[in-house]
Amino acid sequence: MVKYFFRRLIQLAVVAFIISVLIFLLVHLLPGNPATVILGPNDTAHNQAVLFKQLGLNKPLFQQYLTWLGSVFHGNFGQSYLNHESVTHIIATGWPIDLELIIISQVVAFAVAIPLALFTSRRPNRPIDNVSTTGTFGLLALPPFVIAPVMVAVFAVSLHWFPATGYVPFTQAPATNLHDMILPSLAITAGSIAVYYRLFRSDLISTLQEDFITMARSKGMSTRWIMWRHAFRPSSFSLLAAAGVNIGALIGGLFIVEYLFAINGLGYSLVLAVQQRDYLVVQGISLVIAIVYVLLQFLIDFIFTMVDPRVTRE
Amino acid sequence: MPDDRELKQTGNSARLVADRFPGTAALDELVTAVETEPMGADDVLAKKPLGLLFWLAVGWVGLIVILAIIANLLPLPNPDFQNYNALNAPPSIHHLLGTDDLGRDLLSRVIYGARVSLIVGFVSVAIGLLVGGTLGLISGYKGGVLDVSLNAGAFVLLAFPAIVAVIAIVAFWGQTLWKITLILGVAVIPLLYRVVRASSLSFSNRDFVIAAKTMGASTSRIIFREILPNVIPVAVTFGLLTVAGVIVIEGSLAFLGLSVPLPTPSWGNIIEEGASNGNLQTNPYIMLWPVITMFLLLLSINLIGDRLRQRFDIRESLI
Repeated sequence: MVKYFFRRLIQLAVVAFIISVLIFLLVHLLPGNPATVILGPNDTAHNQAVLFKQLGLNKPLFQQYLTWLGSVFHGNFGQSYLNHESVTHIIATGWPIDLELIIISQVVAFAVAIPLALFTSRRPNRPIDNVSTTGTFGLLALPPFVIAPVMVAVFAVSLHWFPATGYVPFTQAPATNLHDMILPSLAITAGSIAVYYRLFRSDLISTLQEDFITMARSKGMSTRWIMWRHAFRPSSFSLLAAAGVNIGALIGGLFIVEYLFAINGLGYSLVLAVQQRDYLVVQGISLVIAIVYVLLQFLIDFIFTMVDPRVTRE
Repeated sequence: MPDDRELKQTGNSARLVADRFPGTAALDELVTAVETEPMGADDVLAKKPLGLLFWLAVGWVGLIVILAIIANLLPLPNPDFQNYNALNAPPSIHHLLGTDDLGRDLLSRVIYGARVSLIVGFVSVAIGLLVGGTLGLISGYKGGVLDVSLNAGAFVLLAFPAIVAVIAIVAFWGQTLWKITLILGVAVIPLLYRVVRASSLSFSNRDFVIAAKTMGASTSRIIFREILPNVIPVAVTFGLLTVAGVIVIEGSLAFLGLSVPLPTPSWGNIIEEGASNGNLQTNPYIMLWPVITMFLLLLSINLIGDRLRQRFDIRESLI
């Protein structure tokens, strides 16, 4: 267990190192001179050369990387070329919004997928099971950029139930905040529901054929007790693993809904920065998202070994 | 040592020939015999029919592909032509799907937009299969240092959230169709590598491979004549599901204005156009058509992939 933990920790460190190098190189090796971007293409060659030196771009790449990494560890990601806002500030104000969207969408996804799977897996291939299995298959074909505009058209534009854009911090007005966040969260929930439901259902069906379930049945235990206490835990391992992988898919969805609903999360800032070629903002935000993603994978992997001890033996 | 059980299955004549003349002809006969029998090709074909839904899905994908290919030959207005006499026109005989807020024909834009989705989807997966698949075939069969290092490399790359990497690279490198295709092609290499490698590995110790090895078949012959045909179903099935995934990523990029630059139509940027500038109130058709075609295309590809997976009996744990 401890050995496994340390092996994963070393893997984590290697992955994080490679990610930081790749993201650093992106800015420095691909065409486009930051000095030209800041000053505009029409400025004199002399001014560009001065700024080039000021930014430290004339030093060896290796040295630049160390300087950059050092400041990143001090929480300094540089500042936007365009409005001189510090990247650290953009990240600090952005991440709680992403977290809130992810939490709401995942709570909804689990609240729909788990009871539905518990209900339909008891009698597979009945009409209700076929309907929900086909329905979730359809949900898989509705990525956020397809379903989000439809939801806005129906629930915001036609029915006026929710606002089409806008964001109020939770600390200012909790009720308004939650009301604003419902549509964007639901737009990224569809795929999660489908993935969780299909996985949990098929695992439950195979668990329900085990001997210990027959045993519990023959002892006269109620169906509800059997489903929640006996079948739930052994069927939930791959659900947990899927939740970890699914966060990767959620990141793309976050970009879409934040862009569509004009919510100032990390995704929105990243997309705006990309459109305006604001290199340091792109660099800082992608580094943070990538590292958090890798950390989450590690964390879920670790929880996984605690819930299911068989994993470490492989 | 030849595996006796295998040789018995293939019949004595082949064994006798192979024993005396370890040449290619005998090898062919023996290997094909061994290959088809334990694989149970008849069982696969005897499975239940693919069903009407499957063929409907194939029909829809086929229709979109054909329309995208022959778009130039169809009697359609130029997708970028702005007809100021028909702004936001509803569907009519002149504009079958109506026009957008700039007076551009929506049917034409949707059909030309399909080109972007399909080219990016299929070409990038082809790149991924060509590079990742070849590496996977070789490293799964040969094992050793090559396999360990490639596998570790793929693990690292898969730990990276693809969409962030793709957005960052598109931002710095540029947004032409071929660059985006290439970036997404490279992005799917580690995924397809892992799938093909796992499949190749599972065949590398099967009896028919050992038999071929014992007959003195060269490594490249074993990889391309013995293992490859068995890996193809897995590669095609996962390749197809990856096409759906790549089309989603391209659509997301286009929605964010990071795919092919405007005014070139792409389903993602038509949806974005329909969802912005108040177009949802005034003309919901702009968004509606690409949403429907995209939903049906993804549904069809997923359905075809799913049926093929059942047909070939591929376990999802392979990923």
